[in-house]
Amino acid sequence: MKPATVQTAVVVSLSLEELCRFCHADRNWVIELVEHGVLEPEGATIQSWQFHSVSIARAKKARRLNQDLGVNAAGVALVLDLLAEREEMLRRLAVLDDG
Amino acid sequence: MEYRDYYKILGIAPDAESSDIKRAFRKLARKYHPDINTSPEAEAMFKDVNEAYEVLKDPERRAAYDQLGKPGPGSHDGFRPPPGWEGGFEFTGGGPESTEAFSDFFESLFRRRGQPFGGSSADQHARLQLDIEDAFRGATRVLTLRVPQAAADGSVHLQDRSITVHVPKGILEGQHIRLPGQGLAPLGGGGAGDLFLEVSFAPHPVYRADGRDLYLDLPVAPWEAALGGKVMMPTPDGKVALTVPANARSGQKLRLKGKGLPGTPPGDIYATLRIVNPKVATEEARRVFEQMAREVPFNPRAGIGG
Repeated sequence: MKPATVQTAVVVSLSLEELCRFCHADRNWVIELVEHGVLEPEGATIQSWQFHSVSIARAKKARRLNQDLGVNAAGVALVLDLLAEREEMLRRLAVLDDG
Repeated sequence: MEYRDYYKILGIAPDAESSDIKRAFRKLARKYHPDINTSPEAEAMFKDVNEAYEVLKDPERRAAYDQLGKPGPGSHDGFRPPPGWEGGFEFTGGGPESTEAFSDFFESLFRRRGQPFGGSSADQHARLQLDIEDAFRGATRVLTLRVPQAAADGSVHLQDRSITVHVPKGILEGQHIRLPGQGLAPLGGGGAGDLFLEVSFAPHPVYRADGRDLYLDLPVAPWEAALGGKVMMPTPDGKVALTVPANARSGQKLRLKGKGLPGTPPGDIYATLRIVNPKVATEEARRVFEQMAREVPFNPRAGIGG
């Protein structure tokens, strides 16, 4: 099949509704993630929330962990913190290994 | 197509109880989840485990799978279901929520016909791995997605679909590229959704990206660190001269403003200095070090009571 060339655009930010559709999640799940500090939207009220790229990727990851492993919002927050810590340690270890 | 031994994938006996199946699946799902396990095989293993569970957790599908029987040795690649198979089965269980296709074996035998692939929304998500250099220059990638297609007789087959994607300059890890109308067309008809590509960077031997900033370890010679001066440093955009301050420490971080990933404003490059000793291989080099040992008062172990 001949490859089709299509227009592309980078997703800059999403509202709460758009993010829900984007990761097949409901409002309450996203709000819970914000309350646990997993997602940090811009905007003072829920209606004006805008989620930027880092939060969008984290929301997707959180949704996968929730759907695939049954982890709740508090668990997701903990897992993501520990994963970040592990990544940092692996990086330091890599520096020591070739040092 | 290739026969798939779902019991073997989950590491359970063919007569396992449904609670054993669930337990085995959960354990393996945790082990191979691609967000947790970063080894390159994890993603494929996770997909296999999910595919196996998708069939074995559903009593109707499991019964149909058991009735297929195992193929004899040597007939691995040419597996065909026995004639009339599926006649007495009605798959009532919902389809997998994932929008990614499973194996040919699964798709042609267990994907419910006419079922809108991927649930109600026809948006499709995929990953796109780029090199850090691609983010500097922009890139064009031809992406091949395997999507299930319904044939005229209603049977479902996997088909490769190629799409050319223009990656804009300055793309960052974790960002999504949206391709409007390029998602899945529901098998039952209707408009196609959007295709979203999540960008990640392939591990780079030199750089690590964090947002628009790049990090690297920069090896320097002991005299470069001691005396300071300009050293040549690589960047994805070419070599630049970096000023090392005199008496620089190993582990010291130097910032090169605006030389990170492009954008408004562009990111920075952080170089962590690592002092690397030359191998003393010549008489000349040995003499210089001996002279330093004699004439430079220095106890590197003073801080640890040595």
